[in-house]
Amino acid sequence: MKSKSLSQPSASLLVRIKERNVRLTLISILLLCLFLYYADKNFNAYQIRVLNLCAIYTVLGLSMNLINGFTGLFSLGHAGFMAIGAYTCALLTMPVAVKDQNFFLAPINETLREIVLPYPAALLIGGILAALIAFLIGAPVLRLRGDYLGIATLGFAEIIRIVITNLQTITNGAIGFKGIPAKTNLWWSFGIATFTTVFLLWLIKSSYGRAFKAIREDEIAAEAMGVSLFKHKVLSFVIGAFFAGVGGGLLGNLLGAINPLLFRFTLTFNILLIIVLGGMGSITGTVISAFVVTIGQEALRFLDQPFSLGFVQVPGISGLRMVVFSALLMLVVLFFSRGLMGTSEFSWDYIIDLFKRLGKPSGKPLSKGGTK
Amino acid sequence: MAHLKIDSITMQFGGLTAVKDFSLELQEGEIIALIGPNGAGKTTAFNMITGVYAPVSGKIYFKDRDITGLRPDQITRLGIARTFQNIRLFKELSVLDNVLIANHLHLKSNLFEAVFNLPRYRKEDKEMLERSLSLLEKLGLVNLRNEKSSSLPYGQQRRLEIARALATNPEILLLDEPAAGMNPKETEDLTEFIRQLREDFDLSIFMIEHHMDVVMGISERIYVLDYGITIAQGSPYDIQNNQRVIEAYLGVNGDA
Amino acid sequence: MTFNVFLQHLTNGISLGSLYALVAIGYTMVYGILRLINFAHGDIFMMATYFTFYSIVIFGVPWYAAFMAVIVVTGALGILLEAAAYRPLRDAPRISIMISAIGASFLLENLAIVIFGGRPKAFPALELFTKVIKLGTVSIQRLTFFIPIMTLILLFVLLYLINHTKSGMAMRAVSKDFETSRLMGIDVNRTISFTFGIGSMLAAVGGIMWGMKFPQIQPLMGVMPGIKCFIAAVIGGIGNIHGAVIGGFILGLVEILLIAFLPDLTGYRDAFAFILLIIVLLFRPTGIMGEKIAEKV
Repeated sequence: MKSKSLSQPSASLLVRIKERNVRLTLISILLLCLFLYYADKNFNAYQIRVLNLCAIYTVLGLSMNLINGFTGLFSLGHAGFMAIGAYTCALLTMPVAVKDQNFFLAPINETLREIVLPYPAALLIGGILAALIAFLIGAPVLRLRGDYLGIATLGFAEIIRIVITNLQTITNGAIGFKGIPAKTNLWWSFGIATFTTVFLLWLIKSSYGRAFKAIREDEIAAEAMGVSLFKHKVLSFVIGAFFAGVGGGLLGNLLGAINPLLFRFTLTFNILLIIVLGGMGSITGTVISAFVVTIGQEALRFLDQPFSLGFVQVPGISGLRMVVFSALLMLVVLFFSRGLMGTSEFSWDYIIDLFKRLGKPSGKPLSKGGTK
Repeated sequence: MAHLKIDSITMQFGGLTAVKDFSLELQEGEIIALIGPNGAGKTTAFNMITGVYAPVSGKIYFKDRDITGLRPDQITRLGIARTFQNIRLFKELSVLDNVLIANHLHLKSNLFEAVFNLPRYRKEDKEMLERSLSLLEKLGLVNLRNEKSSSLPYGQQRRLEIARALATNPEILLLDEPAAGMNPKETEDLTEFIRQLREDFDLSIFMIEHHMDVVMGISERIYVLDYGITIAQGSPYDIQNNQRVIEAYLGVNGDA
Repeated sequence: MTFNVFLQHLTNGISLGSLYALVAIGYTMVYGILRLINFAHGDIFMMATYFTFYSIVIFGVPWYAAFMAVIVVTGALGILLEAAAYRPLRDAPRISIMISAIGASFLLENLAIVIFGGRPKAFPALELFTKVIKLGTVSIQRLTFFIPIMTLILLFVLLYLINHTKSGMAMRAVSKDFETSRLMGIDVNRTISFTFGIGSMLAAVGGIMWGMKFPQIQPLMGVMPGIKCFIAAVIGGIGNIHGAVIGGFILGLVEILLIAFLPDLTGYRDAFAFILLIIVLLFRPTGIMGEKIAEKV
């Protein structure tokens, strides 16, 4: 741009701000590493497990937000993609002896029995397989809109689950797997969560990300502007499914045991809760919300056990926790439909602005996603 | 060779014929208008040209190439861009993003180049940004570039829709009621603005419009639709004096 | 397979189909008026079976009085659900309404787990309905005949209600256009409540009969039948009551007969409905009876 408006800061200042932001980001990542190192050494097994879950739900929430929040596709098939990732990754990481132990009803498929791969390769293959299935499903189904798409993707997730239940020699049927090697540790889960976050941030601010958002805002206008709906919907769906598959793999190798019941619609519901709470269309919101919801679900475990309100003794009621969470989802949708962050994103500029303004009353809204 | 040639296209919804045997030729550099009472089928004709609906019968040619039944994005890619009667901006996105999105169809970098900001994408991204800003500059919207598009006043939203259509780099621009909701002063400006667009962007323009001042002021030829049928075509002068057109607009013998 | 066995499967299929049809009508009515998949409809159905269980088994109410009470209470629950979960979102983006529907469904399921307990309960067996009658070598429960007859009676009552009463006219008007209906003096919210009430009452009848046919009830029992009935409504052409009934019968019959003829596929029973759904959505998204609607640009 040749003519410069007065409000525009000079180019050199912009470069300086950018360098500062990069520095701050690197420092934060370093701090995260230090924290993980500390946690790894000092936290107990339960705390580490919860932290791992937080990171895994971050991956899952982000992947679903890409499809639902950024591209505006109402997809309810996440549990299916996770199941593919989890089963693939578990099968590829279990040693031959463990596989033999698991398959006591019918012997495992010969080829699969022999294959044992390193964890990262297994995760990657799990993600790729989920993405491949998503491509096969998405090519026909993504023509549907709104709740029709929702119910069709939900249907496919169920079909995946039912197929898994019936493929005795590959998935061990309804029994599933036990003794999956506990390969998921803080470094893997947080490493992948960080990678997913950065990948999606970059994707969303790229031209492809803008095309996704255009589809969310108005399909007809997007198509009239030359955005191929089919190509971009499938892209978003497949990328989302890839990360869902990887997330599923992380989850399986964290829990150590999986079976088809784990991947019911309830699982998709949990992730939906995370993205609605965090704000559909906000990466920052999803990350915060993944931690809040996961830790919240753990913290509220007391609801399912007997507890005392001081004057009355409440007996343990299993399921009360889920009542709270479904009520919470409804409250958010009914009264705070934009969730925690709406479509806003975290930015260093805002944080620094905030520090500078401390004491001064007038606040500026967060910078909107997509603009620089 | 006509820039755009429409050969008797017909559209039906259920049993209702919305447009019947509509034919038209748009020469390079021409400005023509399609007028007619409400519900005459004008927007339906637009929707067939831009691929939103596939005509039941008939053909559409862009520079002698048959484009009948192509998808809207394919048609836009070839060089036909449009605006919408009831403004369809990407409401939650900024003015600049609205225009940048219309650049996306020319992007050659693949998704990985884009995500990891590799050299080819970096170059293309920079070009897109420069193109968009200069376009916004020309249309007087550059200072609003970071505003949310739905927060713009009505007239500027219409302008942004045109800017967005221009960003796809079209040869033909289809304007669906560009003057709708504008006051007389804005309407007058619009006439000049459309004429200027044709010069600056080397366009052929085809528009639907109700404001007769605009239509008569700039169109070289006019087509009149009524109940899906083309009842007249010709120069503004011919149309103003055409008995059937007057009847269609005013009704016969007070039978309105 | 002998003819007798086939006959047995056929009657089973018809009776299952009628149950699907009853519940599918509720989905189709709500969709017709609000363009919304009422995800919680299957859970309303589940609630009705629990209400019946509690009134008969725990409170010892005679079955006929219990049935009446359950139908009324379930209708009220449907109206309450609409008022709490859907009405506040009348002008909200569609995705919010759908999420609210999913939230409502989960809330009802988990409330049921908390209130009724997660373990399955035995639905009361009523001699009058469950008695087995023998026709030659075929033995069939009375219920198997009773269900389709009940469904047809209710269908005729419903069609009369919709086509020949003032409330029915209001429903038809609201399903076409909220604003215009309002201008014509129709209380839109009341009409929607009414629709939810009727749909839920039909689900209650479906739930009672389901409980007698499959006498094990548990809090998640509404999920699968709910989804299947929605699928039936889509197959028939969502928004169309005749379509819902036809779709219900098709789904019930095909499901039973497929397993009868191809027992190897029993494990895939639930997948089958989904496959049918996806085929219908892809090739005839408006279903058997639905009209094609072009989107306004």
